[in-house]
Amino acid sequence: MGETSINFAKASSAALQDQQLRGNFRRAMDGLMSKRAVQFADTAEWNGVRTLGASVRLRALSKLPELLEKLEANCTKNGIQVHWASTTDEANAIVLSIMQRVNAKLVVKGKSMVSEEMHLNAFLEKHGIESLESDLGEYIVQLDEAMPSHIIMPAIHMNTKQIAHLFKQKIKEAEYTEDVAQLTDLARRVLRKKFATADVGISGVNMAVAETGTLCLVENEGNGRMSTTVPPVHIAVMGLEKVVEKLEDVPPVISLLTRSATAQPITTYVNMISSPRKEGEKDGPNEIHLVILDNGRSGIYADEELRNTLRCIRCGACMNHCPVYTKVGGHAYQAPYPGPIGSILMPQVEGLEKRGELPHACTMCNACVEICPVKIPIVEIMGRLRSEAVHPGDAVRGAGSHASKAEAMVWKGWSMTYASPLAYQFATALLAKLGNAAPASLPLLKEWTNVRAKPRFANRTLHALAREKGIPDV
Amino acid sequence: MSESRNAILGKLRAGRDAHPLTPPESDFAVLRNKRWDGAERLERIKRMMEAVHTEFLETTEADWPADVQAFLKAQGTRNLLFGPATEAGARLSTEWAASGMAGGPELIPYADRVETFKERLFDGIDAGITTTLGAIADTGSLIVWPTPEEPRLMSLVPHMHLALLRADALYDTFWQAMTENRWADGMPTNALLISGPSKTADIEQTLAYGVHGPKRLVVVIVR
Amino acid sequence: MSHDGTTSRPDIERPESVYFFGTCLVDLFYPEAGMAGMELLKAQGVRVVFPQGQSCCGQPAYNSGYREEALKVARAQLDYFPGDWPIVVPSGSCAGMMSKHWPDLFKGEPDEARARQVASRVWELTQFLVQVLKVKFEDQGPPVKITWHASCHAQREMGVTDEPKALLRQLANVELVELQREKECCGFGGTFAVRHPEISAAMVGDKVADIENTGAKAVVSGDCGCLMNISGALEGGKKPVRGVHIAQFLKERTHG
Ligand code: SF4
Repeated sequence: MGETSINFAKASSAALQDQQLRGNFRRAMDGLMSKRAVQFADTAEWNGVRTLGASVRLRALSKLPELLEKLEANCTKNGIQVHWASTTDEANAIVLSIMQRVNAKLVVKGKSMVSEEMHLNAFLEKHGIESLESDLGEYIVQLDEAMPSHIIMPAIHMNTKQIAHLFKQKIKEAEYTEDVAQLTDLARRVLRKKFATADVGISGVNMAVAETGTLCLVENEGNGRMSTTVPPVHIAVMGLEKVVEKLEDVPPVISLLTRSATAQPITTYVNMISSPRKEGEKDGPNEIHLVILDNGRSGIYADEELRNTLRCIRCGACMNHCPVYTKVGGHAYQAPYPGPIGSILMPQVEGLEKRGELPHACTMCNACVEICPVKIPIVEIMGRLRSEAVHPGDAVRGAGSHASKAEAMVWKGWSMTYASPLAYQFATALLAKLGNAAPASLPLLKEWTNVRAKPRFANRTLHALAREKGIPDV
Repeated sequence: MSESRNAILGKLRAGRDAHPLTPPESDFAVLRNKRWDGAERLERIKRMMEAVHTEFLETTEADWPADVQAFLKAQGTRNLLFGPATEAGARLSTEWAASGMAGGPELIPYADRVETFKERLFDGIDAGITTTLGAIADTGSLIVWPTPEEPRLMSLVPHMHLALLRADALYDTFWQAMTENRWADGMPTNALLISGPSKTADIEQTLAYGVHGPKRLVVVIVR
Repeated sequence: MSHDGTTSRPDIERPESVYFFGTCLVDLFYPEAGMAGMELLKAQGVRVVFPQGQSCCGQPAYNSGYREEALKVARAQLDYFPGDWPIVVPSGSCAGMMSKHWPDLFKGEPDEARARQVASRVWELTQFLVQVLKVKFEDQGPPVKITWHASCHAQREMGVTDEPKALLRQLANVELVELQREKECCGFGGTFAVRHPEISAAMVGDKVADIENTGAKAVVSGDCGCLMNISGALEGGKKPVRGVHIAQFLKERTHG
């Protein structure tokens, strides 16, 4: 394992000790799962819209380069300035140069996962620009100097009490209260001032429409609309996979997104932006910039199987349904995208040296695959990445970096034994005789018997029993 | 940065051409076939929007300016931001002036660029009123296209948003509304669906209304 | 109903003979469950063949990223199912590996067609009992309260969700109390349990708590991986609940 390897096991172990945290996640995820099930109770409708949504995403991927060019052309025609960034560094530099040109001091941000991927806040702070998260969850996490623990509900790891203490500690005018309405109102008052005075607004993009040059954003709070309407300059950042071909592709994807994410038939706002302020219009930004980020995505796109990762509409439902995520929470992944989608996306974006552990943060239960609204074969990709991690190859950065001679030998020996009936029957008969004598302190057994009784080998194998009972062989 | 542009597009093209992808047909029948009959549509819209704390005011073409005035007065609303250059705005100003209601809300026109009155907008306005292009039964959503006469912030910054909805401008789904009206032929600067007052569940999944946008959404149904 | 919305597989005619693929875990740890499975089939008048050359579907290596090794072991199975009979497997997970993943595993290999042919004949035991043999059981045991743990791969790869519970509900004296989170993974996940022992322990801990809450005397499951994990944890935690494979449970209830 490379030195830079991120240690999921260690972080998850710490998370598991935190009973409060575990309770917070268990409750939240149970609630989200049952509410989502209500939204998709009509199985025929779910199948129809899901198949449609998957086809929309696949069609977009099938024409990805052409659609991006079309998006660029139509945005440009509408007055939106389009920028391209191969890396997050480049994307940050583009954002900074726009800021410096307009002499920006204060930025308000709507929720954007790509900006998390860019570590944009830290970057801007370094350059003396205050970058303020305005989504309530993101705002809480920023006050706490932490990372989001969920892509849709960034502060889901905290309970009201913890947030109440945080507000009291970090916001000057705050009185201690555990009343959610009052806490929310406090954030409203603080942030309103910021919206009114910010120089630049930054947002993500849920979908960009090539046909019309339109940026679609969904949200409940109104901070997204504020960030994209009030400041004189709006910068939108998007991963290059977020394009769809036609305007009519938007409704099914939004329907899948909001129902999967938070079990709402729709969010409070669907905000479709197609141009900066036009002649005669009284508000809206004078400039809109769209930064299209690659950051490894074009590499993912090159592989027929891995490409399916790019279908993702970032609904977060796979997190809500993941039994591993539910146990350890988002922070254990130490990544902007946690949970199942993070476990397949992060290794592809940042390489297997660093993220090779993540594809193993999964029991392959397929709960995510069952509910993914765009039918991403998440677990198949997980398996593929496990294989890439131990075999040098060229599909994923860092392929082969987790290869271990000892492990390879074990599997080689296993396959030789299990592929030969003679060797297999000899070995299993031996285990039936002697296996139970193995001390519980052996590696693997030790981990197993941590909370479990030692597995007991039967004293006769099924092969032996079948022979004895006269079950015919072939 | 056209270097990156070409590099990215070149890589994507090479990747795609090496392994082309044939997507399945997109079958929109699931959206096309979602239908409710006339009366059901409005009922459904009300039910869905009320579930997320939207309020409704029923009125008529003749009475709505007066009804809105009375409603706001009863709420203790101090003022109402409106678009003076729209037909609805013109009726508001003439009819409110003529009504001579004492202690009613003051009408504030959104007549100039936002820069000229940003502070007041953010700090001194109780309510804003806009028209809508209709509503959607499937999700309980208003369709709002801001215009120079009815700018974007009118439905966002004031604490209460009143939205005029013609009872006959109802659609079944978002998809039907956009395809029937050929939105793709020309999108406005900003097109919105609004389905309730601003809300959040970011604190322990407890719903709270009015986080950044309007705390109250009042749909004025005009028959 | 499986995850992509396909309902259970097309019906086939009731065969005269079937193959039984026991799986490596059953072979070593739960042979009595394997025997019970074969006897249930025989009791329906079906001839059961147990190829002695069989070993394992290859899943352990496959899921660990060692596909070549998995392929080698999977390939070694192909010779042992020559007749055109269904292959019945007392494990949703191994059945899923064979029917859903073999086609991928053998992709581009000279024996791909053969592997696909074998894979297409694989049935999970309870699915086969319900859908093909249309069994009707008569309960002969004393009253007991049990609960059911759904294996992830049985439900999501083989589309087996209602079949096992339908079988259990045929038993007049058996009260089936469903788990609150019946569909949630128990935390076994093959090598996951030893790679991430703490997370796995937390997961099986939630499962055990769920089981205890039902007040059941036994937890029945169709997969030996889950069973090993859940009964190991029940036993490790000194809980008076027994873990039992559905084949063995059905056999006990119906053959005295
Ligand atoms: S992988 Fe699927 S379920 Fe997970 S966030 Fe993406 S679209 Fe949603």
